[in-house]
Parts: sequence; structure tokens; C-alpha cells
Amino acid sequence: MKELKNIRDQFPILNQKINGYDLVYFDNGATSQKPLSVIESISDYYKQSNANIHRGVHTLSRTATGLFEKARKTLASHFNVKNDQQIIFTAGTTDSINLVVNGLSKNYLKKGDEIILSSYEHHSNILPWQLWAEENGGKLKVIPLLEDQSLDLSKLESLISSKTKLIAIAHVSNTLGVITDLEKVNSIARKNNIAVLVDGAQSAPHMAVDLTKLNVDFFVCSAHKMYGPTGIGLLYLSEKWLKDLPVSKPGGGTINTVTFEKTEYAENALRFEPGTPHIAGSVGFSAAIDFMNAVGIQTIFDHEHQLVQYAQQKMSEIPEVIIYGKSEHKAGVISFNIKNNHPFDVGTLLDKYGIAVRTGHHCTQPLMQCLNIQGTIRISFAIYNTKEEVDFFIEKLKKVITMLC
Amino acid sequence: MTIEEIEKEIIEEFEMFGDDWEAKYEHLIDLGKSLPLIKEEFKTDDRIIKGCQSRVWLNSELKEGIVYFTADADAIITKGMVALMVRVLSEHTPKEIVDAKLNFVDTIGLKEHLSPTRANGLVSMINKMKADALSFS
Ligand SMILES: Cc1ncc(COP(=O)(O)O)c(C=O)c1O
Repeated sequence: MKELKNIRDQFPILNQKINGYDLVYFDNGATSQKPLSVIESISDYYKQSNANIHRGVHTLSRTATGLFEKARKTLASHFNVKNDQQIIFTAGTTDSINLVVNGLSKNYLKKGDEIILSSYEHHSNILPWQLWAEENGGKLKVIPLLEDQSLDLSKLESLISSKTKLIAIAHVSNTLGVITDLEKVNSIARKNNIAVLVDGAQSAPHMAVDLTKLNVDFFVCSAHKMYGPTGIGLLYLSEKWLKDLPVSKPGGGTINTVTFEKTEYAENALRFEPGTPHIAGSVGFSAAIDFMNAVGIQTIFDHEHQLVQYAQQKMSEIPEVIIYGKSEHKAGVISFNIKNNHPFDVGTLLDKYGIAVRTGHHCTQPLMQCLNIQGTIRISFAIYNTKEEVDFFIEKLKKVITMLC
Repeated sequence: MTIEEIEKEIIEEFEMFGDDWEAKYEHLIDLGKSLPLIKEEFKTDDRIIKGCQSRVWLNSELKEGIVYFTADADAIITKGMVALMVRVLSEHTPKEIVDAKLNFVDTIGLKEHLSPTRANGLVSMINKMKADALSFS
């Protein structure tokens, strides 16, 4: 691993004062910062290679097409996917989920069918299914939480009926950091012939994800949480769904032939990528993956895991702190509250010390209802965060508590 | 006292703290803690002003041409700000309330709380106070 100092130097944004204090960026779950290699890959693309892709005969167009398709290959190899056409570029996690729901609603999902979600889904993995259910007399069923706020997967089988068509589940909870036991979910799903969509928005930034081994139907994530640019993400389709998922967002670039009567769509990934894609974004996404691999995914996971353990230990020594998601099996995130205090107040005061945290429901209002709280304060780590930052945060958290209590 | 006189009073109160933002916030928190702002029976859902994160309740009444506000918030810093707003705007005529510029917020260095991107519902509360006053006039 490169020295941590060295890594921080690659993130110019970190080197600034907020309200007179060194910025401590603990809001990586919302979006991570970008290393120079990613920033430069995007500006280089616009300086040297910009052109519209596919079917262009001129040299620049072929260069741009090459970069876009190389990015697809980089992602395929990163996630251990054999056929790179199984990687579809989308605008991000939310866009990917919508593409799946809209496609499946054309023939796979029937009136009255059922979808299973978990208690800790992000709104982006609830609302598209809910809208489909409302319009089609469908039903959403929810995997409950255990005492330690991990999922009670022993209840999963009892939620399955003959009408269950799909399980849509987060790999890592964005609010709690708890890691879902996907092997177990997937084996139950396979046994019952149910499709599985994994929301990897919070796993892909923190841990190695082997999609061949996971063997799920759909996997989605966003580049901007993985040191890459905003506005681009991916949808992984299993071999079966690459063939079978109906087009729901048609447009230029997705076809083999078009007449006014009938269109024959392309058989590969292009079928799902209408219009001019985010070419610069794909280049930046690819550079972000290169960055992560240069550091080492395991190194990233271990480093963040140590920070979580360390911070959680220090926080549990403060009597006013309530930590949510006590499971040992966590990635990069700690959610907490200060007894009898509103998360908004804590977040407002921490910001005065230059510490960026997120407060509120984190787009998981149903989870807040399960926990019977209004919201939490969430800190979430990336490779560039340090133990010293955690120490500073703990010191200021204690100060904030004395101010508020 | 006129609205401007109350604003001046608050400015003087905060001048004591100079650049010490911690003291300023401690004062704001104390303001939030000290005031029982609204009758429990008025803390109903139809009186909630939805900010994204902290909730604010506002009750407006007109008695003999004068508007009386009571309010509350679930976050203490927001409640401190709410207390200041009530102190400045309550017990004035609708016209005075509608015309109030509320420049004191900037002067005492708490302008950030009135930024529309702030998730605290305070801007919506001021808008609601003025709208209620207007509806009484
Ligand atoms: C678990 C989870 N799912 C979905 C999303 C939505 O991602 P995006 O806004 O990039 O589409 C997020 C990001 O906040 C997330 O954490």
C-alpha cells in the first residue's frame, strides 16, 4: 500500500480549511472525493479525445469509442465478469434500478406478483418497486431486523410465496454499514427460482465484489461513491438477463436496424444505453477503478475496518452515544445518536469544527420507522481518512455533547 | 418596542461574544432550552413546518390587530433561532411583520441558518409567519 500521506496528497480537495479547521471529510457514504488521476483522466479526455462514439469513421471517434469500451472492460475485469457486455453504463445506482424495474415490468413481473426487500433499503431501491406495485396490484414484503440491526434472514423463506418474483437487497446498508449475507439470500432465492437484485452502492466502494462468484441476476452501483465522477454508474446483468431483459428506454445507438414499422435492437450492452452516454464519466470511472486497484481493495477494506473499529470503540466509551448497527460485520459506516439530542444539532456543531458528517434519515425512512427514531448522525470512511481525524472527531464530539447537554 | 428596537437589543446581546462562535452557539442553545414556546395542544401535525430534518411548529393568532406567535422546534439550535424570530416578530401588527427585514440575523453572524439550502425549516417558518400576518391584514 502507498503511504497514507501519499494517498491524501492525491486528493487536493482534502487540503482546505472549513471554518478555520482542517477539513475532516466523513461523508464518504454520500459521495467520495476524487483523486488527481480521476480528475486528470476526465480533463485529458476533453482536451485530447472527445468525440461522439460508435459508428464514427474518423480517428477521434474511434479513440473515444475505444476509451468507452476499454472502461467497460476495466469494470468487467474488476468485478470478475467474463463477458464485458454484461456491464451496462447508466447514470448511477438509482438509474440502474429503474432500468431493471421498467424492463422486468414488461413481461417478467405480472399483476399481483410480490417483491421482497430488506428493512434497510435506500429509497432508491424501494420507490421504483413500490411504483410498479401500486400500478400493478403488486406487493412488497420486508425482511425484518434482528436485535443487532442485521437482517433476520431466518424469516426470508417464510416471506416467499408462489407469487414472489424478486429479492431486491442492499449489499451494505448505507445507514448502518451492516453487510448482508448475500450467499444465504442468493441460495434461498435460487432454491425458489427467484431473481436477485443487489444494490451495491455501498459495497463496491469498500470491498472486493466478485460477480461471477456472487452469481446474482442484477448488481448496481455508482461511480461517485467509488472515487469516480458523478452521473455514471453500472448495471450488471447475468448472461440470462442480458438476453432476456426487455428494452424500456429505447433511443439512438441501441439498435441493429430500424424501420418505421419495426426495430431490431442490438444484442449487446448497447441495447440498454440509448443516446450519447457519459463518455467522460466512463473514462473517469475506469480511472477510479484503477486507483482502487493500485491501492488494493483489501487494503481499502482493512483500513476502513480499522477506522470503524477504532472509532466505535472510542465512541462506546462516551455514555451519551447510542450506536446503531452493532453487528461485527460492517463496512465503512457508523450511525449514532446523542441521547436526548437531535442529529441536526450535532451535525451543525461538528460542521463548525470542519467535520463533515451526514444527519437525518439517509434516504432510509422505513428503517428509521423500524428503529423508532427521526434520524441519525452518520460518519463514513474512505481510504484517505486517518486515525488522527477520528481522534479529532472524538474530541470535538465530546465538546459538542457538553455544549448540548 | 418596535421590531427594529428588538433587533438592536439582540445584536447587542450577541456582540458580547465577539468572534467566539462557541459562546454564541451556547447562548443560542440556552435560548432554545429556556423557552417553553408553544402549548402542547398546538403541536399538531397541521402546525408543522416541514424542513428536511428538524421540525418546527408555529401557531399564529390575531388579537385586536396584533399578531401573537408561539412556536417550537425539535432541534435545539433551530429552537434557539425560532425563539429569536418569535421575540422579534410576535406582538406586532401584520404590516410591521410583513415589512420586517430581519437584518439582525446577518449582523449577529447566524446568516447561515437562513440559507434556503439549510435543512432546518427556518426559512419556511419565517415565510409562514409573514404569510399568516398577511392573511390577518
Ligand atoms: C444503498 C444505496 N442505494 C442507492 C443509492 C443511490 O445512489 P445514486 O444517488 O448514486 O443513484 C445510495 C446513495 O445514496 C445508496 O447508499
